[in-house]
Amino acid sequence: MARARVLSALRRWFEAEGFLEVDTPARVWSPGQEVHLDAVASEDRWLVTSPEYAMKRLCGAGYRKIVSIGKCWRAGERGAHHQPEFTMIEWYRADAPLEHIADDCEQVVRIAARHAGEPGDQPGRALNLPPERFRRTTVRELMSIHAGLDVRGDESAAELAAKAGGAGIALGAAQAWDDIFFQAWLDRVEPALPAAGPVFVFDWPAPLAALARRRADDPRWVERFELYAAGLELANAFGELTDPIEQRARFESEIVARRSRGKPTYPIDEKLLAALGRMPPTSGVALGFDRLMMLVTGARTIDEVMAFPDEDV
Amino acid sequence: MPYDTSDIRKGLKFMMDGAPYTVIEFQFVKPGKGAAFTRTRMKNLLTGAVLERNLRSGERLEEANVEVKTMQYLYRDADSFVFMDTTTYDQVSIPENTVGESKDFMPENINVEVLFFDNRAVGVTLPNFIEQKIIETEPGFRGDTSTNTTKPAKISTGASVQVPLFIVAGDVVKIDTRTGEYLERVGRA
Repeated sequence: MARARVLSALRRWFEAEGFLEVDTPARVWSPGQEVHLDAVASEDRWLVTSPEYAMKRLCGAGYRKIVSIGKCWRAGERGAHHQPEFTMIEWYRADAPLEHIADDCEQVVRIAARHAGEPGDQPGRALNLPPERFRRTTVRELMSIHAGLDVRGDESAAELAAKAGGAGIALGAAQAWDDIFFQAWLDRVEPALPAAGPVFVFDWPAPLAALARRRADDPRWVERFELYAAGLELANAFGELTDPIEQRARFESEIVARRSRGKPTYPIDEKLLAALGRMPPTSGVALGFDRLMMLVTGARTIDEVMAFPDEDV
Repeated sequence: MPYDTSDIRKGLKFMMDGAPYTVIEFQFVKPGKGAAFTRTRMKNLLTGAVLERNLRSGERLEEANVEVKTMQYLYRDADSFVFMDTTTYDQVSIPENTVGESKDFMPENINVEVLFFDNRAVGVTLPNFIEQKIIETEPGFRGDTSTNTTKPAKISTGASVQVPLFIVAGDVVKIDTRTGEYLERVGRA
């Protein structure tokens, strides 16, 4: 009930904002190159881990405001906040700064909170959202406050490991830059976040760029934010990288990283790269709808907001 | 043979920083753009200290050389307690500070679980419930009708348990060994 009410309210809002809801394929050749995402096979193709590549092709074809609301699949992800099949809301705005997308996210959370309760309930009863703008901070600030770690974004993995060791973070066998970073993030930063209310974490270090563009004023950081609320990682946004040459280089290094970890590799999506060159500066975001429902209903596990959790299919 | 994070289950015993731990709780966690981790709550089998670690997928976990044996408690010998392995009949003497608080609810001849680490006894776990005869308690006062009132009663180990007023010496009562609380009367004097 709450799910259907929130979804329909969000669709109305996107429409009022001038977004076009688009349908993208679920079965693709290249489901997403990121090192830590594993796709589910479907015959000789893969199920998408996000609709990102197809949506960017639409951006390249001239669509300026598009939204997709659909299923994504990620192999092996099962936990209190994870289901291998889940619903993602992803949207893109042409010629808009990343800040604009953060404002969108804030609207989406407030609309969801307003519609999660029964009609006639006090607005926001399900969740106490701050009346003022959600807090904005940066990766660097959080890491410094909570982990005692001065991340610069241009240090080598060995330098980062030495700093983390100095801060008393147990690294185990971690050697890769991102593994060291996330050990510190999970051990120190994430546990400190729930108390802080909804917070946008901006400016991710370049080694965690994924598909984000570097900041023009400081290339050690990329235009990316994550929205956290009540301990949930709700949304990830990029100022989209539209340089096909740099994107190809990143895909190639991700393929190398996947291979070195013994993971299946996926072909580079040439149609995506061709579209990137035609894209205007664009910002986009992927928001986990099931987690949004967890947030606004106060559910402790993702299963509580789904009619058919994985084990019940 | 080493474990990895996909082997993590409640009760898995493994080595961490040189001490044996057992898993109490675990949860799958994964930052959007990072590797999967298993958030693991674990208990140090030597000290009982509980801690939480985020173990990255693929981390190797060393197997802990721990073994649980069912043993019968025979008798007390000065500063230690003598137990017998119920399958091999081997006897082992365990110092009082290792037996710890378990000794309060460990009557002679009871079967307990003894935890060995590197072949050394490091802990004694009692059954959750025991039935014991009350050997000494003041009589309850007639006419006292308040229901929450209790009085101390002594069992054969010397430990004292709070029991309802109607319990008399010779009654057999059921006790929760984890809390030391009286549960019910199971036999009358």
